[in-house]
Amino acid sequence: MNATTPQLTTSALTAHPEHSAESPLSVHALTVAYHRKPVLWDVDFDVPPASLMAIVGPNGAGKSTLIKACLGLIPAAAGEVEFWGEPLRRARSRIGYVPQRESVDWDFPVSALDVVCMGRYRKVGWLRRVSKTHKAAAMACLERVGMKELSHRQIGKLSGGQQQRVFLARALAQEAELYFMDEPFAGVDAATERAIIGVLRDLQREGKTIICVHHDLQTVGSYFDYALLLNMRVVAVGPTSQTLTQENLVKSYGGRLTLLEQAGEAIAQMGPTR
Amino acid sequence: MSEAWHHFIAGDLVALLSCTLAVVTCGVLGSYLVLKRESLMGDAISHAVLPGLVVAFMISQSRAPVPMFIGAGIAAGLTVLLTMLVRRWGGVEPGAAMGVVFSVMFALGVYLIESEALRDIDLDASCVLYGQVEYLVWWDAPKDPSAYLKLATYTDTDIPPALWALGAIFVIAVAFVAAFFKELRITTFDPQMARAAGIPAWLVQGALVLLVALAVVASFQAIGSILVIAMLICPAATARMLTDRLGTQIMLAGLVAGLCAIAGYFAGAKLPTALGAEHALNIAGMITVVAGLVFGLVCFASPSHGFIARAVRQRRLAERIAIEDLLGLLYRSAEAGETFVPIQPMHAAGMPVARATKLGLVRAEASKLGLTDSGRERAEGLIRRHRLWEGYLVERAGLRPDHVHATAELLEHVDQPAAIPTQSGDLDPHGKAIPPGPETDAESP
Amino acid sequence: MNADTTSLLGILQKTIVELPKLFTGQASNTTVVVVASGLFGVAAGLVGVFALLRKRSLTADAIGHATLPGVAGAFIVGTMLGVPVREGPWLLVGAALAGALGAWMIQLIAHRTRLREDAAIGIVLSVFFGVGVVLLGVVQNMESGTQGGLATFIFGHTASMLAADARAMGFIALFVLIVTFVLRKQLTLVCFNDTYARATGWPVQIVDLLLLGLIIVVSVAGLRAVGLLLVVAMITIPPAAARFWSDHLGRIVAISAVIGGVSGSIGTAMSALAPGRPAGAVIVLTAGSLFALSMLCAPRRGIIAGAVGRVRSRVRILTDHTIETLWEHSEEGTSPNIGPVRNLPHGIKGRLVFLLLRVRGYVRSIGDAYMLTPAGLAEGARLNRNHRLWSAYLTTHADIAPSHVDWSVDQVEHVLSDELVQKLERIVELEDAGA
Repeated sequence: MNATTPQLTTSALTAHPEHSAESPLSVHALTVAYHRKPVLWDVDFDVPPASLMAIVGPNGAGKSTLIKACLGLIPAAAGEVEFWGEPLRRARSRIGYVPQRESVDWDFPVSALDVVCMGRYRKVGWLRRVSKTHKAAAMACLERVGMKELSHRQIGKLSGGQQQRVFLARALAQEAELYFMDEPFAGVDAATERAIIGVLRDLQREGKTIICVHHDLQTVGSYFDYALLLNMRVVAVGPTSQTLTQENLVKSYGGRLTLLEQAGEAIAQMGPTR
Repeated sequence: MSEAWHHFIAGDLVALLSCTLAVVTCGVLGSYLVLKRESLMGDAISHAVLPGLVVAFMISQSRAPVPMFIGAGIAAGLTVLLTMLVRRWGGVEPGAAMGVVFSVMFALGVYLIESEALRDIDLDASCVLYGQVEYLVWWDAPKDPSAYLKLATYTDTDIPPALWALGAIFVIAVAFVAAFFKELRITTFDPQMARAAGIPAWLVQGALVLLVALAVVASFQAIGSILVIAMLICPAATARMLTDRLGTQIMLAGLVAGLCAIAGYFAGAKLPTALGAEHALNIAGMITVVAGLVFGLVCFASPSHGFIARAVRQRRLAERIAIEDLLGLLYRSAEAGETFVPIQPMHAAGMPVARATKLGLVRAEASKLGLTDSGRERAEGLIRRHRLWEGYLVERAGLRPDHVHATAELLEHVDQPAAIPTQSGDLDPHGKAIPPGPETDAESP
Repeated sequence: MNADTTSLLGILQKTIVELPKLFTGQASNTTVVVVASGLFGVAAGLVGVFALLRKRSLTADAIGHATLPGVAGAFIVGTMLGVPVREGPWLLVGAALAGALGAWMIQLIAHRTRLREDAAIGIVLSVFFGVGVVLLGVVQNMESGTQGGLATFIFGHTASMLAADARAMGFIALFVLIVTFVLRKQLTLVCFNDTYARATGWPVQIVDLLLLGLIIVVSVAGLRAVGLLLVVAMITIPPAAARFWSDHLGRIVAISAVIGGVSGSIGTAMSALAPGRPAGAVIVLTAGSLFALSMLCAPRRGIIAGAVGRVRSRVRILTDHTIETLWEHSEEGTSPNIGPVRNLPHGIKGRLVFLLLRVRGYVRSIGDAYMLTPAGLAEGARLNRNHRLWSAYLTTHADIAPSHVDWSVDQVEHVLSDELVQKLERIVELEDAGA
């Protein structure tokens, strides 16, 4: 500590952020505040390419906020977000987003196929109709999530799991390289959970990057290879086995130990990651 | 041309066309408001354009459409902006924010309209409120039928300008909805996703609001600004009760609106005198009443979402459950060795014996009741589901065997294959045999 | 009394002077109307708070519009039966019945069909009004050209209000006031947390119905003063304005009642000066001005206070961040021109931040580079300490910490107890020792 000795220090003003062109997402000092309360504070992390990353943390840790701030849906008080070293506006077409299931009105008069076609709208462009090719591509995405038979059903008549699959298919239809998903496993049945994780792994194999807000500590280890432990600040980030240590979990979840013990066991069983 | 026809063209045609155009435009645009759950945006705008109209009127000293549209457009924009301001910055709940803004704007309009400057001019509050469709007449409509084939007839005679304004708005609205159908769909359904994908939701929805405002202004002379609300909401709500497709919803809303306009027009303008009354009724009011009646009717009679259809479905379900309970009873007693059971107690318990007999599921033999072959088949499926559920609840949900019967009794009536537990043994938790499934019953993935 | 009745102050003065005469029945017409409108404003402000909390503000709009067919219908039926409808409560009874019917239909549509409350309100509001307009036309024909004075119900007209009407309005308002006061506990509970209220056995539905009933009664009471199109304003605006001044329900209720009362009486007094002006509009514009004033100027929740706070907190985040980053680099013993430092604000934003820091004396510039002054170093140390203590707090009390962290405080001690801060300091020391 030399701060006690009065000594002048200097630093360059022209601060170029270090570009990490190969990292699909790098977040620097991102701060989001609601009035005087911070929601995210000095969040800093990079996501390696082709990773399947979970954002984990207790309620109110700012997980959804982080995703929304990255996508520019809520304004950040400070900090920078870069995609492949470029600002959001230049990278938008390469990014897909799956919002929380509760965020839309499922009574809306559209069919599953209509919803998936929405993923193609940007590719279709203004003033043009969704062509047969685009519809076929959307259909292929539905098939990939096992929903081909229900493509013409009104979305409100699908089960929760099926709705989530439709959302996933819509993200697939965007043909993005980086996907943000907000709680894709919330309130879905076991079969859908398996189907979704299968698709996510396929995407990862294709070299795409997936970032999910995830709430189930027990499955983080088996589903994701990279994790960000968040509690307003980044508690830990890195490969799942190194991130989700007992110590880190205590740091972000506080004293809720029964849950943590379970998670600890799950991680212990997992062994070294690939 | 007969006198009656000429009378109709000169006295009614323009009014009828104006009403229809106004109402169809509102019906088409209103669907989006209803779907966004912002029906009251129409309410707010149609109240709030009043000061814009009055100020435009004061400045231009005429009822020319262009200044009116500009004034109303500014007022509508201001309303939306102020509502957002009050909501966001003031933290006021959305409904209340809207209420505050539009009522103050409306009060301002009412205040101005009654002010000295406008006292002697023919713009009064009631005309803005409930329209003056009766004034939309084509005084100098030609009597000669061949004149209608000449363009000059339409340019040189005194067709009320309101008709042209309404026609223009109608074309613009329909073109807008057709051209930006998919943008409107995504920004209405999932604005967050739209924004994340770089589609400017605010621009698309803002244009929609502006169009609503223009439609409100164009319509105010024909149907009055308050009754515009009815047309923005009622036809759209009616269509909402009938369909689950967006395209159909919008076309249906337009169609319903058009029919309401025509029916309401004649009900207001012609019916009372035809019935011997001295005066006609207010046409705009009658159109609204017809729209309300149509909505009420559809609420009851819609095949998919109506009260009646829902009640019938519920009754059918109740009946099916009652019959299945009867079949289950007979099956269990057959298992216990008693194939035929006395009818009387079952009648007394209100079981649908007659209905089940009619369906050929059970047959009576000497005041006793037994299962037919088809009845047995259905009962097997039912008992199978019941016992599979009991097994599931004990093994997977960890309930005690003596606690699962009631739950299984409910779940047994669900017969979609995907919602039946897989078989893990031949016996249920109570040691009873699980009847075999229809086939080997492989689990569908 | 020879008060000057051509100015606003004169009328208000006269009203106050004549107050005692209200009880002996000798007060002038204007006084009665001003006092009654004030009472109506108070009642609307009171009921409005609960309507706002229960998200029923726009239901009030529908109820207001729905009274029109009631008024016109009562007029037609009464005239046919030969009852002198314009005197006595018949028109108001009709209005109340129609309002209740409208409220019931809103519930029916919102709960029994797939449509939501917004559409239900819109449908009821417009269709009822449409029926009213048709009936009004019938009245006009019956009365050969006039609307039987019913148009005053649409826009409100205090100038033509009879003392008897004003008294009726005053009494209804008084009644609403008393009922609301008696039921304040129940209303509060139901508005605050209806699931809890239901779970603990409160008859939520009955309280809800009562609230709806109160809204209807208030709307009917205000018909003659502000008119049926604008009653919603008196139920919505005062509570929305009061909300800016306090977070405490009791105070909100009181402020809302005051705003309502002031708007009602002053608005009426002003419209008495220019009898041609529609009183309803003047009353609502008065309330609207009070709302605008509240929204702009209220301390803490007002727009100006909020905007100032937001800008300050943003500037603070940026400057704090910059100082701390510089301080961290100094800590590492780096020399000037250490090259690009990630995370420092740059561009115009950066220039402004450094300008501000220079003005505050935390930073000095040397050529292209900046350095911290001794004051800046001290500030950096303070920030860093806070920062690290907050971090320690976040990790040791992870479950509760996020709701307590507040970086705008100068010292952690302002939020956390001394004892806790000492504990956190030990943790930080341990971390340093470990590193």
